[in-house]
Parts: sequence; structure tokens; C-alpha cells
Amino acid sequence: MALLSIRNLSVEFATASGSFRAVDAIDVTVDPGDILAIVGESGSGKSVSMLALMGLLPWTATVTADEMRFDGQDLRAMSPRTRRRIIGKDIAMIFQEPMSSLNPCFTVGFQIKEGLKKHLGLDARARHARALELMEMVGIPDPARRLSAYPHQMSGGMSQRVMIAMAIACRPRLLIADEPTTALDVTIQAQILDLLTALQAETGMALILITHDMGVVAETARRVSVQYAGQKVEEQPVGPLFAAPHHPYTSALLAALPERATTRLLPTIPGVVPGQFDRPPGCLFAPRCTFADATCQNTPPPVQPPARGLARCHYPLGGPA
Amino acid sequence: MIRYLLARLLTFVPTFLGVTLISFAFIRVLPGDPIIVMAGERGLTEERYAELVTQFGFDKPLPVQFWTYLTGVLQGDLGVSYVTKRPVWDEFFALFPATLELSLCAILFAIAIGLPAGVIAAVNRGKLFDRALMSTALVGYSMPIFWWALLLIIVFSGNLGWTPVSGRMGLLYFFEPVTGFMLIDSVLSGQSGAFGSAVRHLILPTIVLGTIPLAVIARQTRSAMLEVLSEDYIRTARAKGLSPLRVNGLHALRNAMIPVVTVIGLSVGTLLAGAILTETIFSWPGIGKWMVDSIFRRDYPVVQGGLLLIASMVMVVNLTVDILYGFINPKIRARK
Repeated sequence: MALLSIRNLSVEFATASGSFRAVDAIDVTVDPGDILAIVGESGSGKSVSMLALMGLLPWTATVTADEMRFDGQDLRAMSPRTRRRIIGKDIAMIFQEPMSSLNPCFTVGFQIKEGLKKHLGLDARARHARALELMEMVGIPDPARRLSAYPHQMSGGMSQRVMIAMAIACRPRLLIADEPTTALDVTIQAQILDLLTALQAETGMALILITHDMGVVAETARRVSVQYAGQKVEEQPVGPLFAAPHHPYTSALLAALPERATTRLLPTIPGVVPGQFDRPPGCLFAPRCTFADATCQNTPPPVQPPARGLARCHYPLGGPA
Repeated sequence: MIRYLLARLLTFVPTFLGVTLISFAFIRVLPGDPIIVMAGERGLTEERYAELVTQFGFDKPLPVQFWTYLTGVLQGDLGVSYVTKRPVWDEFFALFPATLELSLCAILFAIAIGLPAGVIAAVNRGKLFDRALMSTALVGYSMPIFWWALLLIIVFSGNLGWTPVSGRMGLLYFFEPVTGFMLIDSVLSGQSGAFGSAVRHLILPTIVLGTIPLAVIARQTRSAMLEVLSEDYIRTARAKGLSPLRVNGLHALRNAMIPVVTVIGLSVGTLLAGAILTETIFSWPGIGKWMVDSIFRRDYPVVQGGLLLIASMVMVVNLTVDILYGFINPKIRARK
């Protein structure tokens, strides 16, 4: 049975100029121990869909879904109180900006131990022991001293390690990492990714990695879900996706990788993701797609069968299934 | 931290001198001659008048008078009241507990209601409670104190008869002050009912004096909370599955406290100024009423000394607030 299964998830934000659909009919399935990467440009709804799962969206957001199950439990039917027993314990999340994601008023130790008390009910001594263990697991030197440090006394990389320690404190079965390396130096990025994959292998938890870095995807993920303008446009295991993308958008993303560039000029995808006011009536990618014709402009595309990577396209690459 | 404290204490010196000069000049700018006021309707002979002028040193030039006063102050001598002939220090300490008791009650009342109200308003931003609270706070902030006090007296003392109109203690009870705080002394006296009487006397003055700080604290807490609630670390706290009470009341409020503590500190200054009106209306025997009476009597040493002591208290409160910042936010402590 899938650990996480989400069907037809949509998120709409009420804005001053009407409602804006940030996530549009997304399906997500994650098996125990799986590593799923969700990729896409800024504004493609990657983070919003996961924040919806965590119940962390502001009140201006309306979340609808046909199904939202974690470990067989229906998250939609739960009271907020019941849901908070799962959030932070079985599903944990780390964020893009480690420096601002830690509360400046409390010590690192306090913030790590907080979840241990709430979810596992450990006493002070057990909490301290577990916190030390966690700090060692995420590779923080001199953990005993670091526990009483305040966030402003730590670097970005250290802060992200603390965030990871906090997230895995209660042995979650699913960890969501929302662009965990974007705000960090390149050298630190690799360390944090290695740490995440090592912890994943060690604990057997499932990992959802939100990123816009195809290089990160190739190194870490097993399956890839490509999102564009709030829609999932393709989903494949990582090998076949890199070898034979079926959606023109995926193909264009891969072509934009510097390692794959064949010309002196790096290929780019012209234009930007459509916003609230310029959503095309047909395929959302049509205005930027080199293969688009009149059908693409006017008719929303169907979802292709798994053999064509569930591509949301009229003319998937590799021919009709 | 110690160096910081010393540096801050040094800045007290010019402020202190400035206040001394201003209070000295201020009372002399007011028209009216203290000797004539003292004599009252009986009047006095010219010889006696000249004698008194020499006695109080009014015949000397103002700079000399100021120098005499300043050297006295620096030696801890605030002078003697023209009217009661008692040292200003003694009068101050006899009356100060009454003001302190009232001010403490008022600020506690303002914090106890203003802080939670501001937090709840911020968490329920834009909803009915928020709007109702913010409009009420605006009314409270704009309300003239004396009018508000009279209104409360008419309703609760006049119509309903629930609270006494003035004073600190019912006439049935009498005991020697020990601490000067009626709430404590009434318990120490062992007279049954005395404590209840002290509380009933405190209610209306506390509400009147606390209204403006309450409105300011509620508004400041709300806006500080709104800013903090959009921070990343609040999302982190919620992602841990913590209850809204813990997220809002601990993670958010602690960060929002810096501007709130600032306005609480500033409110203490307002309280002492507000106490002058409130104490006069409720015949509360504190330093506010003492100052007003002394100004009418042109009792120079009392007005000068009283202003100086009030200003010193405000300075000390401001320093305390600065030190508190460090305890609330360790980042500020590090910068010092």
C-alpha cells in the first residue's frame, strides 16, 4: 500500500483580484522508502502542494482533493488536533531558508527537544540524550555545546543540519525537503544532499525532494514528477526520464542543463510560467512550446498512459502510445 | 554587559542636569509669587516680605539660586517644602507608595488584558474580534482621562454604588502605614474587610489610569504579532505539529515582545503623567496630586524635586527595558 496518496489536489488562493489556482489537479503517490523528486520552475506550485499536505497554508488558501491519505488514514476527514499528531511526527518537513527557519529566541536544543516532548513524551533526560544523538547523526561537531547555542551563532549549513535533526527527531516515515540546498553555498549543498540520502538509506523513510535543480534530481531521486504552472506534466522513474522525456517541457528543462549543452550558447526556455491573468485556454505550456499547434492552443491536453510518462500533452515525445 | 550598563549610566548625567535646569526654570516661568501665595488673604507687611525674600534667597540672581539648588541636589538635599516645612525627600517617600501601587495595578491591568487581546486579534486577523478590538482600542486611546473617570464614577459609584468615589481606604478602618502599599498594609493590620476596601478603592483609578496603556499595548502587540506570524520560523513551529497556543503564545509572542516591552516602558512615563489627573479626580494621596497641589502653591522645592524624581524613575524604567531586550532576544544580547 502506498504511504502517501493524493488524488486531484487543487489549491486556490483568494487574492484582492480574484482567486488564483496555484495547484491544479495534482496526483502524488509515495511508497515507503521511496525518493520522489518534484521539479519545476518557480511558481509551478511545488511547495504549495506539499504545504497543503502539511496543513501549513495561510487561511487565504482553499485546499480541495478527492483523496489525501497517509498510511491509510484520511487526512481530509481529520480534526486539526488529530492531524497535528501526524504532522511533525510521521510527516516532517524542512525548508528553503535554514537561517530564518529557526526561531532566534530559543536555543537549538530547545527547538529540537520540543517535538520529542510533544510526540514521544520523553522525559528531560531522554530528550537530551536523543537530541545529542540527532546532532551526531546530522554531523554537527561538538553537539553538547551546540545544543545550547542560539541560531544566530550558526552558519547556514549548520542551521540546515539542525533543521534536519529537528525533522527526523521523531523518526518520520516521510520527510519533505523543500529546496533544502537553494540558500546554501555550492560546497555545502552537496554535503546536505549526501546527508539527506544517507539518512534516508539509514532510516528507510520516504523522501520527497522539491527542487528546480535537475542535477540534484539525477543524483538523489528514484522517481521524478515534473510540475508546470500548478499541473503535473510528467512522471517517470529517474533513468527513463533523463533518457526519454515525453513532455516537451521536461525535454526543454533537460536541454537547459549546462552539462548537456552542445552549443556555445546555453539553451533556454523562452517566456515565463503563466500567471493569474494570462492562463492560456488550452495547454498551459503551449505559448512556450516549440511543437505547439492550434489544438494545443485551444484544447486542454489529455494525460497520456504510463508508457508515455503520464505526460499531459497532445503530442508526447516518442509518438502516440 | 557591565560595560554597556556603565555607558548607559553615564548618559544619565546630562539628562539629569537637563531635567534639573528645566524644572528649576519651569516653575519660575509660572506667574505668581510663592510668598504672596503662602500669605494668602491675610496679606503681609513689606518688612516681613523682604525678610522672607532674603530667607528663601530670592534676592540673589537666578544663576546663583540654581547653583545653590544644584549643589544641594548633588549632595542628596532636595530642599524643604515652603508650605509643610518638611524635607522634599520625606514627603516624596510618604506619598510615592500610593502612586506606585496605583501605577503598578494600572500597568498590570493593561498588560493582563492588552497583551492577550492583541495576540488573539492578530491570530484572528480581519475577523469580527479583531475589528471590534481595534475600534475599541482607538476609542480607549482617544478618550480624555478626566471625562472617562467622571463617567465611571457616575455609573459605578453614583448609580450602582459598587465602588467608593475617592480615597484609598474606607473610613471604618485605620492603621499605621508599614509599607505604604494599602493592599499589603490592610492585610498586615489584621482588620477584617480592610483588604476588600483597599481593592474596591483601587478598581476605578486602576481602570482609568490603565485605559490608555491598555489600548496602546493591545495595538502594538497585534501589529508586532502580525509581523512575526509571517516569519519562516513560525511555519517551522507549526510543521512540528505544535498546538496553536504554543505556536502563537510562545514562538510568536516571544519574538513580538520587543516592541511591546518598548511601549510598556514608554507607558510608565505616560502613567506617571496620567497619574496627576487620575489622582486629582479620585483624591488619591500620591505624588501626582502632591505635584498639582504644590504647583498651585508655588512650592518651588517640591515641584523641582518631584519633577526630578519622576524623571529619574522614567530613566530607570527605560534602562530596565533595554536590559530586558537582551533577555527576550539573545541576538540583541550578543550585539551588546
